[in-house]
Amino acid sequence: MNLSMRWLHEFIDIQMDPREFSEAITISGSKVESYETEGAEIQNVVTGKILSIEKHQDSDHLVICQVDVGAPEPVQIVTGASNLTVGDVVPAALDGSTLPGGVKIKKGKLRGVASNGMLCSLGELGLTKNDFPHAIEDGIFVLDEECDLTLGKPIQEAIGLNDTKVEFEITSNRPDCFSVIGLAREAAATFQKELTLHTPVVKAGHGSCAGMLDVKIEAADLCSLYSARIVKHVRVKPSPRWMRERLRAMGVRPINNIVDITNYVMLEYGQPMHAFDLRFIEDGKIRVRRAQNGETITTLDGVQRTLTDKNLVIADAKKPVAIAGVMGGEYSGIMDDTTTIVFESACFDGTSVRTTARDQGMRTDASSRYEKGLDYHNCLPALERACELVELLDAGDVLDGIICDDKSVDNSRNIPLQADWINRFLHTDLSADEMKAILTKLGCTFDGDTILVPTFRPDLVHKADIAEEIARFYGYNKIVSTPLSGSAQGQYTPRQKFETTITQTMLAMGLSEIMTYSFISPKYYDKIALPADSPLRKSVTISNPLGEDTSVMRTTALPSMLETLARNFNNRNEEVALFELASEYLPTGEELPCEKTTLLAGLYGKQADFFVAKGMVERLLSVLSVTGCEYEACVDQPSYHPGRCAVLKVGDTQIGILGQVHPAVAENYGMDTAVVSFSLDVDSLFQLACPEKTYVPLPKFPAVTRDLALICEQDLPVRELEKAIQSGGGALLESIQLFDVYQGEQIDAGKKSVAFRLCLRSSDTTLTDDAANAVMKKVMKQLEKIGAVLRS
Amino acid sequence: MKQQLETIREQALKAFALAHDQTELEALRVQYLGKKGELTAILKQMGKLSAQERPVMGQLANEVRAAIEDSLSQRAARLKQDALTARLESEKIDVTLPGVPQTLGAKHPLSIVLDEIKEIFIGMGFEIVEGPEVELDYYNFEALNIPKDHPARDTQDTFYINENVLLRTQTSPVQIRTMEKKKPPIRIISPGRVYRSDTVDATHSPVFHQIEGLVVDKGITFADLKGTLETFVKRLYGEDSVVRFRPHHFPFTEPSAEVDVQCFNCQGKGCRLCKNEGWIEILGCGMVHPKVLSNCGIDPEEYSGFALGMGLERVVMRRYNIDDMRLFYENDVRFLKQF
Repeated sequence: MNLSMRWLHEFIDIQMDPREFSEAITISGSKVESYETEGAEIQNVVTGKILSIEKHQDSDHLVICQVDVGAPEPVQIVTGASNLTVGDVVPAALDGSTLPGGVKIKKGKLRGVASNGMLCSLGELGLTKNDFPHAIEDGIFVLDEECDLTLGKPIQEAIGLNDTKVEFEITSNRPDCFSVIGLAREAAATFQKELTLHTPVVKAGHGSCAGMLDVKIEAADLCSLYSARIVKHVRVKPSPRWMRERLRAMGVRPINNIVDITNYVMLEYGQPMHAFDLRFIEDGKIRVRRAQNGETITTLDGVQRTLTDKNLVIADAKKPVAIAGVMGGEYSGIMDDTTTIVFESACFDGTSVRTTARDQGMRTDASSRYEKGLDYHNCLPALERACELVELLDAGDVLDGIICDDKSVDNSRNIPLQADWINRFLHTDLSADEMKAILTKLGCTFDGDTILVPTFRPDLVHKADIAEEIARFYGYNKIVSTPLSGSAQGQYTPRQKFETTITQTMLAMGLSEIMTYSFISPKYYDKIALPADSPLRKSVTISNPLGEDTSVMRTTALPSMLETLARNFNNRNEEVALFELASEYLPTGEELPCEKTTLLAGLYGKQADFFVAKGMVERLLSVLSVTGCEYEACVDQPSYHPGRCAVLKVGDTQIGILGQVHPAVAENYGMDTAVVSFSLDVDSLFQLACPEKTYVPLPKFPAVTRDLALICEQDLPVRELEKAIQSGGGALLESIQLFDVYQGEQIDAGKKSVAFRLCLRSSDTTLTDDAANAVMKKVMKQLEKIGAVLRS
Repeated sequence: MKQQLETIREQALKAFALAHDQTELEALRVQYLGKKGELTAILKQMGKLSAQERPVMGQLANEVRAAIEDSLSQRAARLKQDALTARLESEKIDVTLPGVPQTLGAKHPLSIVLDEIKEIFIGMGFEIVEGPEVELDYYNFEALNIPKDHPARDTQDTFYINENVLLRTQTSPVQIRTMEKKKPPIRIISPGRVYRSDTVDATHSPVFHQIEGLVVDKGITFADLKGTLETFVKRLYGEDSVVRFRPHHFPFTEPSAEVDVQCFNCQGKGCRLCKNEGWIEILGCGMVHPKVLSNCGIDPEEYSGFALGMGLERVVMRRYNIDDMRLFYENDVRFLKQF
C-alpha cells in the first residue's frame, strides 16, 4: 500500500523527514518498506518561456529557441520538436542538469549552433499522458494553467512532481489501513497529532432517483449492505491536477474524472467503489445474488469467465453485470457516450470475494481490500464522498436520494478494559487513563471501563488484542526485558544423541553430510529399477506440486543420493563420499504416513569398493554398539549389482542394505563408474543399540595362535567357515582373522583356499599345546561337515 | 718389549684415526685387542721376563691396553656420530611439499548453524522436540487460529496431500502437539523441515528449515519474551548486537512482533545488505494467543506463554555470505567442504 504524504497532510499536520516518519511509524506497527520522493532524480530543470523560434540554417528539422528561464539573459536551446509556439512555458533542462535514469544534460553544439540545454518531453521527465492529459507524448511538454508558470521555477514544484510516497506492508488483520484515513489514524496515534476527518456533503438537487433503480440483496450471507446513488448528465473529462497527482503517488493511473473518483474514494476510505452505466442495467434492476453454475460474464479486461454458485455477482434483470467485489463486466464501464451512472458502494463477504478472485485468477485492488473483511459502516460515507467529488469536479449532476438494501447485522463490540491484567501481561505500569488515551487515538470510545471498539477494527476481540494496542503505542522497545525465571533442564533426548553419534562417526570416516528435497518424481522409482510391484512405489502424493519432479514424498532416499552423486560426478569432483540422515515417508493406511529416518551413504571414486563401504558399516555398528549383524548375499534388489549386494540382518530384523549400485542404474544417472551405497534403518538401529558398555578385564594369560589353511567349494561363503570355526572353537576361541583367499594355480578348479589365523586363549590358565590341539581338532571336525579340508 | 708396546700403541692409535666406518674399526679391534691380536701376542711373552721387569712391563702393557681401548671407544663414538649426521643429511626432505591428505567429512552448513542454535536454547533450559512433516490441516492451521478461508492461508502457499493433510508450512504444529501432550511448564524448540510452494530461485526453496520455540508457564510476560530473545540474539550474533522489536501480526500470537537486528554490515546506516533500512529482520514472535492455549486445553487465565519462529537458511546465508539458497540442496562437495 502506497501513501502520498501530501494526501496524508490533509488529515494530520505533520512535517517531518520521510526517514524519521518511516522509522517511527514502523516501530508503532505500520511497517514501511520504502519511501521515495517523486522527481528526486531531476536536477536543474526549470520552467522556461519560449521567447523566439528561429530556423536552423543547416537543418530542416531543428529550430533555435531563446528561452527565458527567469534569469537576466535568455538561454539558447536547439530542439527538434515541432509543437512549440512563442510564449509556451516548457521544462528547460539547463547545462549540468540531470533527468530520470541519471541522464546528464550538458551544453554543446548542434550542427554548429550552441545549445545550452534541452527542452523536455513528458517521457523525459518520467511522466505519461495520464499525468498531463492535455500534453502530447511526442513533443515538448507545454505546461498549462494548472501548473505554476513562474519562470525559472524548479520543474518539480511547477508541475507538482514532488510528493513523497511511502510504501507500507499492511498485515492481513488491518483492512482499515488499506486507506489514507486508516494510515492517518495510525500516524496520529504514533506522533500524538490531531486527526482531522471530513464529513462529505452532497448538494444534489437535480431531481429524485425514485423509480430509476431497484436494488435487492438476494444472498444476504454474502452481502451485508448495498448502496447506490445516481448521477445524470455525466461530463467525462480528465480530473484536475491535484487528483491526478495523488493517484499517481499512490500508484494508480489517472484515467478520467469518474473512474478517478472511484479510485480516489477507494484509496481514501478503503471502500471499493464501482460506477455502472445505467443504460446497460436492464429493467433498472440490481440483484446481488449467487451466480448460476455455468453462467458467464465478460469482464472489463475482455476475458469471458464461467461462474459457479460459489461466486457472488451483481446482476440486472437478466445477466450478471459484475463479479461482486472483483471486477465489472465489459459494459459496466464508463464510455464516451455515457450519460447516467450508478455509483455502487457495497459490503461483500471477504471469504467469498477471496475465493472468487482466486478461482478466477484475478486479484484486483478492490478484491484485495474486500477479502480482508470490510466494515459496512464505511459504505455510505464513501458513497457520499464520491458524490461530493462529482460535484466538486463538476463531473455530473447528482440526483437526490440513496438507494440502499441493508441486510447488515450489528458488528459493534465491547471489551472490558482490564488495566491490571494488561500490566501483568506486558510487564508495564500504566494507569487506566494512560491506556484510554492511547485507545482513544485509535478511535475507541468508552462507557466507564468498557471499551466500545470501532467497527473498522474487527481485529480487536480479546483483551490480548487490547494489550497489543497499548504495547504498540507505549513502545515495544520501552518495555524492560526480564530474563526467563524458573529453572528448567535443557538436554538432548537419547534418540537425538544417537543421531548425533551417527553423524559424527560418518564425518570421521570421511563422508560429507548432504540435505536433499523430501519430494521426488515418481519416475525416479523407474530410474533406480524398483520392481513394478514394489510397495515402495506407493507414495504420498502432493495434490498441487510445483512440478512432476517434486510431486511425491519419497519412500526411499536412494534416488536423492544418486542424483547428488551424479551432480558431483558431472562437476568432475573426483572422490566423493556422502551421507544423509534422510526422512522417508511410507503410507500407512492411516491419515498420516510413517516418517522414518534412514541413514543413506553413497560413494564413488577410488574408495568406492564394496568392502570399504562394508568396513564403514562395521565401524559404525561397533560405535553404536549394535552387535550380531549378518550380511546375506542378496540377488533380488534390482537397484544393486546382483553379485555385490547384501542385506543386513540382526536376528530377524532387516536393518539395511549394502552393495554396489547396479551399473545400469548408475548409467541412468550418467555415471560410468562404480558407485557403492548402503542404507541403514535408524529406528531399528536405535532399538538394537546397547549403549551400556561394561569393562572386560585385560587378559592375564598368553594366547596361542594357530594358522589354518583350508580348501573348500568356491561358492561356500567365508561366513559359513567362520561359523563352523566358532562352533568348534567354543569358549577358548578368542578371535578369527581371515588373511588369505586364493583361487588359481595349485588349487583345483571350482575350489578355493581360505586361510585364517585363530587366536586361542583361556582366561584362567596358560593354554598348553595339547589343549590347543584339542580345540583345533574340534574346529576341523565342524569344518569337515561343510566340506572344508586342510590344505596339504 | 717396551719398544714393541709403544709401537703397537702408536700404530693402533694411528690406524683407528684412519678407520672410516664401524666395520673397519671392528677389524682393527680384533687386530690389536683380539685373542689372536698383536697386544695379546706380546703379553704372551711376559712369562719370559725377569721378576723385576714383569711388574714394570705389566703396568706398561695395561696402560697401552687402556689407551688403545679408550681410543677405540672414542673413535667408535665419533664414527657413530658421523654416521648419524650423514644419515640425517641424507634424510633431508622438502618440508614445503604438501601433507598427505586426511579425510574427514564435511558437516552441512545448515547443520553447523542449527546445532549452534540448539546449544544456545539448551543452555537456556529448552528441550528439542520434533514432529511430523506430513501433517494434519488441524495442527498446521486450525489449532493455530487460522481457520479455513483465513487470508493468512494464501500467503503460505501450501502443498496439500488431500483436504485434511498437507506438508507443514511451519514447525508450529509441533508446539500444538506438545501442548496437547504435556502440561506447563513447557520450554521447547522445534526445528525441522517446512514446505511452501515457492518456485526455486536464489532466495526461495520449496523445502527449508524453521526453528520455532515455545514457553508456557504461569506468569510469563512480554518482558520475558523480550529478555529471552535478546539473550538468544546476542549469543548467535555477538554480545554487541542491537535488537529491536517491531509490532507485526501473526494469527497465533497476540501481541506479535518481528525482531530486527541492527545491520552488522553498516551498523544501521543503511546499505545493500539491509536494503537501506539499517535493520535486518531475523525472527517473528509473540505472546501465545489465548485461543491457541485453550485449543490445546490450557487455561489462558492461569497460564501465558510466548512463541518464536525463524528461518534457518537465511541465518546461514548471512553467516557465510552465501548468495544462493539452491547451493544448500545441490550438495556439491566443493561447497560443503568450505565450512
